[in-house]
Amino acid sequence: MGKTLFEKIWESHVVVEKQNEPDLIYIDRHLVHEVTSPQAFDGLRMNNRKVRRPDLTIATMDHNVPTSDRSLPILDQTSAVQIKTLENNCKDFGIKLFDINSPNQGIVHVIGPQLGITLPGSTIVCGDSHTSTHGAFGALALGIGTSEVEHVLASQTLWLEKPKTFEVRVEGKRKNPHAVTAKDIILSIIKNIGTAGGTGTVIEYRGEGIRDLSMDQRMTICNMSIEGGARAGLVAPDQKTFDYLRGREYTPKNYDSLVDSWKDTLKTDSDATFDKQFILDINDIAPQVSWGTNPEMTCNVDEPIPSSDEFSNGNANQKKGAEKALEYMDLESGTMIEDIKIDRVFIGSCTNARLEDLIEASKIVQGQKVASNVKAMVVPGSQMVKKQAEEMGLDKIFIDANFEWRAAGCSMCLGMNPDILSPGERCASTSNRNFEGRQGNGGRTHLVSPVMAAAAAINGHFVDVRKLDLN
Amino acid sequence: MKPFENVKSIVTPFDKVNVDTDQIIPKQFLKLVQKSGFGKFLFFNWRYDENENIKSDFILNDPKYDGSKILVVGDNFGCGSSREHAVWALDDYGFSVIISSSFADIFFSNCFKNGILPISLEPKIVAKLLQETSPIEVDLENQIIITSSEDISFEINSHKKKILLEGLDDIAQTFQFEDKISEFEEKSTVPSVL
Repeated sequence: MGKTLFEKIWESHVVVEKQNEPDLIYIDRHLVHEVTSPQAFDGLRMNNRKVRRPDLTIATMDHNVPTSDRSLPILDQTSAVQIKTLENNCKDFGIKLFDINSPNQGIVHVIGPQLGITLPGSTIVCGDSHTSTHGAFGALALGIGTSEVEHVLASQTLWLEKPKTFEVRVEGKRKNPHAVTAKDIILSIIKNIGTAGGTGTVIEYRGEGIRDLSMDQRMTICNMSIEGGARAGLVAPDQKTFDYLRGREYTPKNYDSLVDSWKDTLKTDSDATFDKQFILDINDIAPQVSWGTNPEMTCNVDEPIPSSDEFSNGNANQKKGAEKALEYMDLESGTMIEDIKIDRVFIGSCTNARLEDLIEASKIVQGQKVASNVKAMVVPGSQMVKKQAEEMGLDKIFIDANFEWRAAGCSMCLGMNPDILSPGERCASTSNRNFEGRQGNGGRTHLVSPVMAAAAAINGHFVDVRKLDLN
Repeated sequence: MKPFENVKSIVTPFDKVNVDTDQIIPKQFLKLVQKSGFGKFLFFNWRYDENENIKSDFILNDPKYDGSKILVVGDNFGCGSSREHAVWALDDYGFSVIISSSFADIFFSNCFKNGILPISLEPKIVAKLLQETSPIEVDLENQIIITSSEDISFEINSHKKKILLEGLDDIAQTFQFEDKISEFEEKSTVPSVL
């Protein structure tokens, strides 16, 4: 019987295999950031261990970094300590670091692909659940905890139980691909499979609806695999993948011969079977807006917020969850999404802060002004994205419309830096999690695409971007 | 890691589904660079109001559950962020067993690295344990939960059970396979980053 892409990558990375026990899997790339690594380096020191393969390890600082003036000192002392700690650890253990002043600094999942560090068919880990982003290149990319970070630093391997396989097939063609985006596809998938729908599995996204997507868009899809509970998400590499990675700063010298070997092997065999399957037809899908406190609580922009009964489908716990969520969000079922007014707009995060996201959002913003009661900001995913956007004049478009134009980092996706919502503030956000307090204690997050966020900024409330001329 | 010891305690019943790690340990506490002392921040935004006063209606603030070592929770516990700080906070607070109908993958894995036993049970058994007011005993060696009215057996992967019972250091175990790792590296076709 044939094999899935995931199974092929897994099998090619098994170092030790034992009956009824996890496999020891080799890790080709380890990405490190300041929040989940200090305790791991401490563990190495305590046991007098070194980093086995510094040449496979890359670090940057993204979660804590201020996105305002980088020439100023970091005011939050605990953030400053964490950033300094990463600098010291990288120096002590010989790890390449893109620090706060590096032109390569950025969100770890944005810079990996951009620098050609992410490679098809490889195994990639990072102490961050959105590591799944790198799966867009046909890599097996896993988010791990700090103990596992320490394990990979010490041994370049991990003991892992083999996940099951989950085919998510995206069929059809979007009628207006500028209005209905990759974000709307992944939110639709999560709305259907649920936040635990992918638990214990690696998703392979397949079908015409995925092949049609650019690499930036595929990253948005794979990024949110974790929001569907999956261990990882991946897309088989194709010509778009190979072209994207060619000629980047850290693309391997023998890239063309690697591509030749990937072309034959990195795909799911036609007779392979998956443990689980979900099919989404995207011919008629609408822009999505989350209304609750987890990404499954999402509906179409032209729909009313569902009642807790409609949402829960008879599941008492889900019903209770929906009621609690509506209370936290200060929303009532039956309210039309377009009638929801917003206070803040955040265009950023590892989900939606790549160049294409900013280009698409800028088309809505051009020549307009942010609504007077709204505060809006753009935080590019990396300093390189920022530079490219500035070369295209996008910064000017956003600034002229009264958006703040910031330096790169995770920023208000999780608000570990000063970019946070105040209690009660409502935000249209291109990030990935609408959990209670995620963007600031008491803050209310609505997950949307970059174009939906931009349109909400201009109008002060959600707008169905299909009504706008986006071409 | 400390070896897991059998636990006898009352349960803290926390009947909520999809509790994410952002709730277990909010982001403002992820800036610390050590592993200890996170217990006082566990479920911080649910335990305390904006002035850091105790919210009396939150389950952990009910003195009835003081000293409880067993947390019983709803479906999909620990979803979202990979932050191991969530497990450090539960451990430091005093929980050593977490019972649910399902766990998110990364959280589940993080538990075993810190000597915490996550137990998955049928939703109807979890529902029953949420009502249990007498102390219960969790016996990992025999994979059994002893309540005042019945014995409930649970499944656990034999490898994970051994790790908990012996408190094994993962990395030391892995170093026994160093020759295999070197062998793998010699034939690997994935180039270095640098």
